[in-house]
Amino acid sequence: MNYRTFFRHVKESFKSLGRNGWMTFASVSAVTVTLSLVGVFVVLMMNLNNFATNVESDVEVRVHIDRTATQEQSAELGTSLEGLSQVEKVTLSPKEEELNNIIESMGDDGKAFELFEQDNPLNDVYVVKTKTPQDVVTVAQEVEKMNYVETVEYGQNYVEKLFNIVSVSRNVGFVLIVALLLTAMFLISNTIKVTIFARRREIEIMRLVGATNGFIRWPFFLEGLWLGILGSIIPITLIAFGYKYLYDHISPSMTIDYMQMLSYNPFILQVSGLLVLFGALIGIWGSLMSIRKFLKA
Amino acid sequence: MIEMINVQKTYPNGVSAVKGLNVKIQSGEFVYVVGPSGAGKSTFIKMMYREEKPTSGTIIMDGKDIAKIKDRKVPLLRRDIGVIFQDFKLLNNLTVFENIAFALEVTEERPQSIKKKVMDVLELVGLKHKVRMFPNELSGGEQQRIAIARSIVRSPKLVIADEPTGNLDPETSWEIMKIFEEINSLGTTVIMATHNKDIVNTLQHRVIAIEGGLIVRDEQKGEYGYEL
Repeated sequence: MNYRTFFRHVKESFKSLGRNGWMTFASVSAVTVTLSLVGVFVVLMMNLNNFATNVESDVEVRVHIDRTATQEQSAELGTSLEGLSQVEKVTLSPKEEELNNIIESMGDDGKAFELFEQDNPLNDVYVVKTKTPQDVVTVAQEVEKMNYVETVEYGQNYVEKLFNIVSVSRNVGFVLIVALLLTAMFLISNTIKVTIFARRREIEIMRLVGATNGFIRWPFFLEGLWLGILGSIIPITLIAFGYKYLYDHISPSMTIDYMQMLSYNPFILQVSGLLVLFGALIGIWGSLMSIRKFLKA
Repeated sequence: MIEMINVQKTYPNGVSAVKGLNVKIQSGEFVYVVGPSGAGKSTFIKMMYREEKPTSGTIIMDGKDIAKIKDRKVPLLRRDIGVIFQDFKLLNNLTVFENIAFALEVTEERPQSIKKKVMDVLELVGLKHKVRMFPNELSGGEQQRIAIARSIVRSPKLVIADEPTGNLDPETSWEIMKIFEEINSLGTTVIMATHNKDIVNTLQHRVIAIEGGLIVRDEQKGEYGYEL
């Protein structure tokens, strides 16, 4: 195809958008509604995912060392911990540090615990980071069997529940987004089908004078592309401004470490790119689906 | 030019439109195809430009069996054949020029060459002065002349016309026939299905009569042979 033909296809596709004004409007609206929903879902999902990842990365196994263990025995335990294949990092947190942590976390009330500095009742602790958060359960079970271990903590119930919620919400969100996209594709393919019905004659004549299917398809392909891109404008604007508003108003009040909204930039750029891409894909797909029937020999 | 050997066509709904055609048409011939409605004329004609595919048999055109070519190659075949219909099949939102140029755009010709070829065929059909008009601003006869111009703009060796005068009054029909005669005199093969007795009997050419899906008569300088 030379540039002149390409230019012709582009011109034809724009002409057709104008000529089928109402149908263009209907198709663009279908894309707009769908992409708005998909956009909101994507933003929600990605933030949720971000929370989940933050929480997950906080998960660790705390190994309380038996108080009767000597320094060598304690070091021995440390080496065998590091020897576990799922273990990423092992850090020793001496009992003095543990106490300090408690005192700090209690704020003013913490002063009461300062008395224990003389006779510290706490254990030295190995803090074990696993390679993936899901490994903590197996690691904890392994560690419990080791010598010089008093107790193993990893927030049993809490961790398992969290993993369940995260994976369920990820799957549900994914299914919802796919379902929305499919609905949009059918809406678009149907609206374009109506416009194509009016253009059957044109396609028939093109076939008659020896136009290849590829030649006939091009303007429709481009038309679908424009419909998709036009349809993504409003959703992108909506989400960009909406997210900016939420980010400016809600984000400051979110004080918990891992409960942070994804920062505006580049997140919104990524989401916008994704929406344009989705729009273009469903537009093209819808348009090509609807002429398929007319191109059969 | 074209040879059909034992060509049969049964439509998916069970209608057997053509039941074994054997015919040979030489290059440069002018052939009328006559016969009652529903006798298989249209199927016979449609198979020549692969609008319909025969159920069995061979159709040789320029040494190739067009019954067997791949769907994807059909556009290439169509570029060597001009097709004309009773209802003109022009696009009403395009000008006369654009309607004819359309046939050249699909093969990506250069704009200058398109312009020249379109003006040449318009001259041949005598409508050079209407180049900027739209089809619905023209009379039926003029529209058909534009359709003819579009079909021959690529200088095909074969022109197929399916009742080209079916929608036109007698006087206009004669004008259209004059154009076909001229095209034929330039060496193009013309195959025309028609119900027009006067034309067939006056401008005498080979006549192929089809009835019940079979060729019942094939004579040089023939007559229409049916009473209306």
